[in-house]
Amino acid sequence: MTDAQLVASCRAGDEAAWGALVDRFSRYVYAICTQGFRFNGYDAEDAFQDVFTKAYEQLGSLRDDAAVRPWLAQLTRRVCIDRLRAAKRESPAEDVEPPDVDDVLSTLDEAIAVRQALAGIGEPCGEMLDRFFARDQSYRTIAEELELPAGTIASRISRCLEKLRAAMEDSGTLARPEAR
Amino acid sequence: MTDDLEQLGSLLSALPPAPEAWVAAAREIPKVGAELDALLRRAAADAELRSKLIEDLESALNEAGIAPTRWAVAEARARLSSF
Repeated sequence: MTDAQLVASCRAGDEAAWGALVDRFSRYVYAICTQGFRFNGYDAEDAFQDVFTKAYEQLGSLRDDAAVRPWLAQLTRRVCIDRLRAAKRESPAEDVEPPDVDDVLSTLDEAIAVRQALAGIGEPCGEMLDRFFARDQSYRTIAEELELPAGTIASRISRCLEKLRAAMEDSGTLARPEAR
Repeated sequence: MTDDLEQLGSLLSALPPAPEAWVAAAREIPKVGAELDALLRRAAADAELRSKLIEDLESALNEAGIAPTRWAVAEARARLSSF
């Protein structure tokens, strides 16, 4: 289901679609709160829930359903700035935003593109790369949970990364290296 | 590992999962919001329930079948303040 279809279903009151939207964007919102604005603990949790509460309430004001990701990024940014302002009692946004927040958001947009490619390379590669890189699981944990020989995990991860790179080159999201 | 593979690994690391309980609470926003609306409608017409919500919000939510998550408690408190 595309982002636009998901938003349209949410707006029609489909609670399962709302759950799918939360699943699709929870990592992104979490990363903006924790990496972009360096929130942790209750601050991060409250900001995270505030973003999804406002998103649910304001979904009707989204003009382009396909643009839900940048809309969520902007909403998350506003929520985080408001929380920082409230804590520091300062008014201009420039004074409270971390100086590198634009760079972090740009990196997260690239990371989203990689995750979209990851979803297309099939299993067990998608699961294995997510466990190792995003969930920070050890070779041993991955081997146990996926019931694979521990000694093969490193080489499998390497092959899966190659597969991911090839998928991104094929789709044009990653430039092919020039022929030497 | 080549530079571009390291870069891919680094980008994969940039999006760790949010804590499961947070995601579960966000999924429940429409359901819990509707339950809170119903509870507060009842409280508007029921002084005893209103007192209970004000005195011990978490227990009152529990008794109404609403899990008193951090979000649900904060949301109920915000809505109660407009009474």
